[in-house]
Amino acid sequence: MSIKNYVRLEFQSLPENVSFARSCVGSFASQIDCTLEEIEEIKLVVSEAVSNSIIHGYDNRTNEKIFVMVTIADDRCLEIMVEDRGKGIADVKQAMEPTYSSDETRMGLGFTFMKSFMDDMEVISSPGEGTIVKMRRTFMSHEKEAYA
Amino acid sequence: MDIEMKQVRNTLIVKLKGELDMQVADKLRKELDKKLENEKIENLIINLGKVTFIDSSGLGVIIGRYKKVSSRKGKMYIVGANPSVEKILVFCGINKLVPIYGSEQDIINI
Ligand SMILES: Nc1ncnc2c1ncn2[C@@H]1O[C@H](COP(=O)(O)OP(=O)(O)O)[C@@H](O)[C@H]1O
Ligand SMILES: [Mg+2]
Repeated sequence: MSIKNYVRLEFQSLPENVSFARSCVGSFASQIDCTLEEIEEIKLVVSEAVSNSIIHGYDNRTNEKIFVMVTIADDRCLEIMVEDRGKGIADVKQAMEPTYSSDETRMGLGFTFMKSFMDDMEVISSPGEGTIVKMRRTFMSHEKEAYA
Repeated sequence: MDIEMKQVRNTLIVKLKGELDMQVADKLRKELDKKLENEKIENLIINLGKVTFIDSSGLGVIIGRYKKVSSRKGKMYIVGANPSVEKILVFCGINKLVPIYGSEQDIINI
């Protein structure tokens, strides 16, 4: 798989950086000729993963680091990796179940959105070791009139 | 996020503008709950016409307010959601609890 383009971001775990990260990834992903609807889906999954790093990984501490790496491969494949060095997840399988949340005020839909809007998703995490979420999606070729 | 609220009889009408994510969810939750506690409000209409993005943090605020309003036998509606926001609302099934209408006028006409 030869890489066509990539971008790497490192930013502070501040709530205002969630919108920064999803806009960045969204505009980078628009180098693939995908639809605006697909870009919105990309922004949603990035928003969910980065929010999780801040809320769960770092328990809302704002002076920590989040890393995002986005790769566009030749076969119209977009790969997104979101990484934190936070508290990690003890039971990844349980965490990924729809509506499961360790915080009863939350919906437990983040991983469900990531799974639904990407072709595949992988979570690498263990307690005290931080969390890496890898997501991949291949886009169909669209005619330019899809933008009309 | 801009939050504009007005009360019409026993209904609170909330117009939101911007992106509904974790950065604004807390503030929105607090402002809505303050209104819902202090005044004789039964029903809640949330106008998402100028909301350009919503994620699960934003959805959480909506569902939480639905639980509050419905526990007091009030009604809640969402109006004006753009197609990409409406897609997310439908995807997670909020529309089964909180009906989605095109405009505030559509609710009055029911
Ligand atoms: N980056 C992370 N670090 C630590 N725990 C996480 C992380 N991401 C997700 N989790 C755990 O997985 C659960 C499910 O996540 P999610 O589906 O996004 O739902 P929610 O954010 O609403 O709780 C969270 O409640 C949390 O316990
Ligand atoms: Mg989440």
